[in-house]
Amino acid sequence: MLEIKNLHASVEGQEILKGLNLTINAGEVHSIMGPNGSGKSTLAQVLAGRDSYEITEGEILFEGKDLLELEPEERACEGIFMAFQYPVEIPGVANTYLLREALNSVRKYRGEEPLKHIEFAKYAKQKMEVMQISDNLLKRAVNEGFSGGEKKRNEIFQMQVLEPKLAILDETDSGLDIDALKVVSDGVNALRSPERGFLVITHYQRLLDYIVPDFVHVLVDGKIVKTGGKELALELEDKGYGWVEEEKTAANS
Amino acid sequence: MSITLSEKDNGYIEGFAGFKKNAPGSSLDWLQSVRERAITKFSELGFPTPQNEDWRFTNVAPIARSSFNILENGHDKVSSSDLTQFQFEDTEVAELVFINGHYSKELSKYGNLPEGVILKNLADAIESEQEIVKSNLARYADFKDEAFTALNTAFMEDGGFVYIPKGIVVETPIHLLYISTDEGTPSITNPRNLIIAEDNCEANVIEHYTSMTDNIYLSNVVTEIVVGENSTIGHYMIELESKKAFNISTLRVQQARSSNIRSHSVLLGGSLVRNNVHPVLAGEGCDSLINGLYMPSHRQHMDNYMKVEHASPHCDSRQLYNGILDGRSRGVFHGRIIVHEDAQKTDAKQTNRNLLLSDTAQIDTKPQLEIYADDVKCTHGATIGQIDENALFYLRSRGISKDAARDIILHAFTNEALESMGVDSVKNYCYKLVTNWFDQRKEEQES
Repeated sequence: MLEIKNLHASVEGQEILKGLNLTINAGEVHSIMGPNGSGKSTLAQVLAGRDSYEITEGEILFEGKDLLELEPEERACEGIFMAFQYPVEIPGVANTYLLREALNSVRKYRGEEPLKHIEFAKYAKQKMEVMQISDNLLKRAVNEGFSGGEKKRNEIFQMQVLEPKLAILDETDSGLDIDALKVVSDGVNALRSPERGFLVITHYQRLLDYIVPDFVHVLVDGKIVKTGGKELALELEDKGYGWVEEEKTAANS
Repeated sequence: MSITLSEKDNGYIEGFAGFKKNAPGSSLDWLQSVRERAITKFSELGFPTPQNEDWRFTNVAPIARSSFNILENGHDKVSSSDLTQFQFEDTEVAELVFINGHYSKELSKYGNLPEGVILKNLADAIESEQEIVKSNLARYADFKDEAFTALNTAFMEDGGFVYIPKGIVVETPIHLLYISTDEGTPSITNPRNLIIAEDNCEANVIEHYTSMTDNIYLSNVVTEIVVGENSTIGHYMIELESKKAFNISTLRVQQARSSNIRSHSVLLGGSLVRNNVHPVLAGEGCDSLINGLYMPSHRQHMDNYMKVEHASPHCDSRQLYNGILDGRSRGVFHGRIIVHEDAQKTDAKQTNRNLLLSDTAQIDTKPQLEIYADDVKCTHGATIGQIDENALFYLRSRGISKDAARDIILHAFTNEALESMGVDSVKNYCYKLVTNWFDQRKEEQES
């Protein structure tokens, strides 16, 4: 589904990703862990199409298509969704309006009829229950004045509505209390299916107790330095990132 | 007989000498003496220059060096079908129509107003409602430092007169529609509106300035609103003048105890526009909502001068003005808040946000707080920026195209300034004007 080959990305002349390779197949959940500044969020932003990053080398294929050639909205329409680490507040735009516009843009791209107000309301209703989104939250301006937990729930709610093929979670667990974490994880798990891939970026192992990954990758200094199963996350939690870096240095020398 | 006004050769003074003989209410001594004082004041003051702090960002030299005719009439050039484009859908209104400043009985309609409410043109009201007019007209809109108000007071001819007796709720919006027609030479009108609500009233009044063609003229407007105790008045200023016109408007509101004013300005037309809004919260516990949207483009100049005067305790004022500026346009927001010594527990808030759509547009925004009381809450904030790239990316990452995402953000910005409008049909009309503005911009960019 997603193939990242030798990806180099820099921002303002500083290289952040330094030859990253990663393949995600449909049905798989991959987690990327790593210390601060290792390039985790950069990877998420590059996949979503943020133009402040310059791709200097490498390629990204999504279902065989050259992802780097696509605009952010085209990527979304092709089925990529990123849950933002810091969801953006947009005053004056109702949450429900954004969602319907987004869903209908994606439907249009696929050659489907747009959903009418009533159809959309019905469709959104089921998803709202899963994510514990109130009518009030739906009517309010996008993320404006939302609590940290509400923002993250809202991101996963959008994901539920848009039903992407590849879902990217950029530190969705940061700053969540355990109850909110459970709601968010339940929302993600409800979407797990053989057709869908996940890339779960996190700083903490805790999230992976709830969203159990098939693969755990350790990102250090712009490269994946170690890959393992879900037990690797526990090992990292135990020992920190230091030992992976030492291992890498030892292997290189 | 046509009268020409110009700064050259004492044209305004001489023009006044000719004007006053046939002016409305020329037989009333009190009114003639107000006019005399006003023209004297105007000739002392002259037009303001940028050396005057209140006019620092707005140069009215193009007005000062023009000469303007006071037009007799122009009724025959406008038919009732021409009015449709300026009317609000799905709502019954009472509507006074003025062509080149002159009341048109044929084009006006009075709808279903409650008994006791008086709606008529000022020129008639000066004669028929002498008591009310005499005790209110020119009492609030002070002209001792205001040249344009002095000019209007000397030369006022007609406008809307609204009187609402105690306890009456007027459901029907009152529309004062001013239309200019092309009469070959630059012209001047001095519309004068007087709106008086006694205690426990409610009403909405819409002032609307527009034109049939791209002619040059000056609309020099003064509106006085007297809001009685516990009354709520909604006031709307829709400025859609021709792209060569000048519009100088002064809204002066006098608020009694526990009264409420909701003022909305939408500035879209004109080449040089000045919008003065001056509420005085004179009684205890008043509320003022003062919102506006200005959208200059090309070489338009739009200046908003707010003077919110807190004169009594426990009053709240909320100002929100949003501006979108394009082309080589220039915008000004001057937000003065004056809190007098007695006005303890004042809660005043002012917000001015600006979006610049081009590198050549310019905005000057200036808060000015003068606080003489010691127990007050006053906040102000101004922002100037471009479209938020983060918001744009966020919307695009959800599948919304770049153009559509931009539209959504821009409309959200304009809606913020419009959504508090209480009369839905007027609000929808303004939404439509704003949408047209964006559509026109797109067309120009594509061509």
